[in-house]
Amino acid sequence: MNKAEVRHIATNYIFILPAVALFALFWLYPFLKLFQLSVFEWDGILPWNQAVFVKFRHFRDLLRDLSWWQSMRQAGFITLIALTFQNALALALALACDKGIRAARAYRMIYFLPPVLAGIVVGLIWNWIFNPFDYGLLNYWLTRIGLGHLARAWLSEPKTALICVAIIHCWRGFGWGFIILLAGLQSIPRELYEAARIDGANAWESFKRVTIPLMVPVFVIVIILTILGTMQIYDIIIATTQGGPHFHTEVPITRMLAALRGSSRFGYASAMGIVFGLILFVVSIVHIKVSQLVKQE
Amino acid sequence: MENPIYYRVKKIFSSMFLQMFLVGVAATCIFPLLWMFGSSLKTQSTVFSDMSLFPKNPHWENYYIAWTKGEFGVYFFNSVFYTAVTVVCIVIFTSMAAYGISRLRMPGKNIIFYAFLAAMMIPIPGAFVALYAILINLGFINPGTGVDLLDNVIKRLGYILPQINQGLSLGIFMLKTFFDKIPKDLEDSARIDGCGKFGVYWHIALPLAKPAIAVIVIINVLYVWNEYLLAMLILTDKSLMPLQRGLMVFQGAHMTQYPLLMSGITITVIPIILVYLFMQRQIITGITAGMAKG
Amino acid sequence: MRKTLLSIFVVFLIGLSGCASKQASTVESSKKVVVWHWLTDRQDTFLELAKMYKEKTGVDVVFELYAPSDIYSQKVRAAAQTDTLPDIYGILAEKKDFSSFIKAGHVANLTSYMEQNNNEWKDAFFIKALEVNIFESGNEFGVTPGIYGAPLDVMNIQMLYNKSLFKKAGLDPENPPATWEEFLEAGNKLKAAGIRGMVSGWGEIWLIGCFAYDYAFNIMGEDKVIATLRGDVPYTDPDWVTVFRLFEDMRDNNLLASGIVTMVNKVAEQAFANERAAFGFNGSWGVNVYYGMNPNLDYGVMLPPAYSSKYPMRVLGGPGGSFMVNNKSSNREKAIEFLRWFTSKNQQAYLAKETRNLPANKESLSVIPPILSHFADDMDGTYHWNNLPVVEKPQVTEMFSKGIQAIIIGEKTPEEVASEVQALKERL
Repeated sequence: MNKAEVRHIATNYIFILPAVALFALFWLYPFLKLFQLSVFEWDGILPWNQAVFVKFRHFRDLLRDLSWWQSMRQAGFITLIALTFQNALALALALACDKGIRAARAYRMIYFLPPVLAGIVVGLIWNWIFNPFDYGLLNYWLTRIGLGHLARAWLSEPKTALICVAIIHCWRGFGWGFIILLAGLQSIPRELYEAARIDGANAWESFKRVTIPLMVPVFVIVIILTILGTMQIYDIIIATTQGGPHFHTEVPITRMLAALRGSSRFGYASAMGIVFGLILFVVSIVHIKVSQLVKQE
Repeated sequence: MENPIYYRVKKIFSSMFLQMFLVGVAATCIFPLLWMFGSSLKTQSTVFSDMSLFPKNPHWENYYIAWTKGEFGVYFFNSVFYTAVTVVCIVIFTSMAAYGISRLRMPGKNIIFYAFLAAMMIPIPGAFVALYAILINLGFINPGTGVDLLDNVIKRLGYILPQINQGLSLGIFMLKTFFDKIPKDLEDSARIDGCGKFGVYWHIALPLAKPAIAVIVIINVLYVWNEYLLAMLILTDKSLMPLQRGLMVFQGAHMTQYPLLMSGITITVIPIILVYLFMQRQIITGITAGMAKG
Repeated sequence: MRKTLLSIFVVFLIGLSGCASKQASTVESSKKVVVWHWLTDRQDTFLELAKMYKEKTGVDVVFELYAPSDIYSQKVRAAAQTDTLPDIYGILAEKKDFSSFIKAGHVANLTSYMEQNNNEWKDAFFIKALEVNIFESGNEFGVTPGIYGAPLDVMNIQMLYNKSLFKKAGLDPENPPATWEEFLEAGNKLKAAGIRGMVSGWGEIWLIGCFAYDYAFNIMGEDKVIATLRGDVPYTDPDWVTVFRLFEDMRDNNLLASGIVTMVNKVAEQAFANERAAFGFNGSWGVNVYYGMNPNLDYGVMLPPAYSSKYPMRVLGGPGGSFMVNNKSSNREKAIEFLRWFTSKNQQAYLAKETRNLPANKESLSVIPPILSHFADDMDGTYHWNNLPVVEKPQVTEMFSKGIQAIIIGEKTPEEVASEVQALKERL
């Protein structure tokens, strides 16, 4: 490599410099600290020199912590629902709005409202919908249409609580998928559809031949964001079930908060963060790699 | 079956069905907004007892009370300022970094990309304590330069910089995907036209990524506009606080003043919706502009 | 769009400095006393009191509000780590964490100030309010004995009943059930009248645990409760199983409103204020909440009906909040002087009246509404987890309370929960 080439490559780094500098400043230290904390017993208050080194005890405890793995399973369940129903809904709506149906502009506006709403409003509304009493919206309407026997305490029964939380989450989150997918759909050149139509392709075929291949990268983004956003769900749970009944709606972040705020176990919470992050990271990388392979074929 | 009427009927039915579906979903999205608005016009004693969506005697004065009691005047300006600066910086930093990672030769760039990805995935419990320590050590929280004006600039920066950092990962991840799609010959032809690296980035890559940038803007505007935790943690002057501080006044540990809170939230939601409308236009019109250049 | 972005950027770079110049210059920091707190509903009253203090002494007191309490608590911990705590602040934590603050040197020992002039300051408080801030000699945390904070107000958690709904169900609104049998009977009468039993925020595990502890004191007495916390009596003891079984009893006799196990306390308060349930289990702060939502609500306060006559029924009570003085502050003496003034009779009366809370200063009781005096009357018999000589591990408390949720929804038997809690306790 000659000098000019080195300089050429060096100037390339200017592009990433601002981002990397900020990142190093505000993320790297907390990140490294996370690993340090995970092998100490510390309450977050005492001076650091009084923290006790416990080696990998937190990780061993975590392996045997049933409520932790239950929370992982439950977040996984909500994620599966979000990946299928929420994203299918988002895609269907984005396709409809992309196709220039009547009032598409209004729909584009409206479908983004749930993410805009403040968390407290979402909590109040859904607490009212699932309210266990007869004035809860859902129970009220079930009774009105003669299905009163189905009325129940939706958020308090193990069978329904988690599904209800998942529904709230999907409702709140589909707007994100919607705008990202719509942006992706909009960037597909219209000529390609035209060409497909001239080739005699019907709507389904042109969807298969034009839309899907061009949308793969966008699908990857949406899927990863759905996984990350759903696995890290917690504010809806705090506002509705607080993780109950028993441990039926606990998710990893609520367990982390319980360790951190409930019992001031910084080390244990850090171990949870590491294990959780590692799992998510592996899942995401596998997903990216697989979709790259799919694309190449 | 080769009957034109059959197709027409089928088409009408399927579009009716589609519209019904779209309207149904739309109704669930609008209802909470209407409820919020209706509640903002009720009183504390009627908000949960009067079940009508829109009260008979609307208390419009709630908006005035909320605005003054929540001291939204100052906070509003602050929030607009924080949001604009943070989001502009995020867009510039992430588009540059994503472009660099996607198109330029840089040994080690993959590691950097994966580090950014990892940041989205690893929740750092108690990260606030570490962040606070960093900001204290860098002098962002108690600058003490002796000049108020300078102090305030530094304090505001202390609030803005961590938020820019928050937006980096997602932006880089999304934009890299978009930049990966740019055809190589587009870049080459620009180079022949005399564009340097920055010229290609500014004139070719950025316009093409417009829809993605619009999405990033929306996501981050929403995030920064609703940011509250960080403000509480690091800001001490009330005069520097963002809008969400005003909403807090109505939410006591035990007592929540629902109508005023709903008025306040309604006020805070409107600008977000405006930004979204504006960005939506960017998503739709952005494409044609990009195509024309291509 | 790029042009828009750039112009926004430029405009606001100007704004960055332009607006900042409007800031009024702050008072020299050594002269003013800075207070951090999380009590949103009291900020206005605090500011009023600060103004009075300034007029009286010329000392500036700045109340800075950081809420909700979760965030406040994080801020205080972060500030403790960096030695940037204000002159006066509150600690929201279990006793163990409180002791860490003291051991780290962040909290001034107020004992000598409290005991000046024949305990003048100390004796003004409800002892129950002060106790939580006291570390006795030989405490399990190894903290130097002393008083480490001054309470702002007190609270206790009791049972509330709706008098109009009582009448509807044919129950005597002036004589609420006093025994467990009467309680169950009331549940059935309410059911016959189509009225819901009790609402409470039992989705929040501390409130459900609190109810169970009330009955633990009633059934086995304080000594045995403490022995359990020490580990000398297992949770599988028949008395504890009886405590757990009470929840089945209540459920089977229409005393628990459906959905109570995941109910957030604010939802429960809405339901009680709007007369959707005959009983509520809530703290004295609820008086103010109910008043806001339904000023005409006709209700009474009662102790939870006793199950056993062996030991007295006790309810959880203590300070609603306390202020500590930063031991490392250069303003320490000034801060303590202010706190003394702040918690004295007139100021406490003012605070109580304005915020409809129970004052921590017992000399200020005269101004409170009658329903609050019912709460005040039972203050002396209260217990507080942080006052017991041993404190249960939060993980065990969580399992305990969540176990009760499982009992109520019929997923687990009292015996199963008892052995699960005991197993966890032994493992830790």
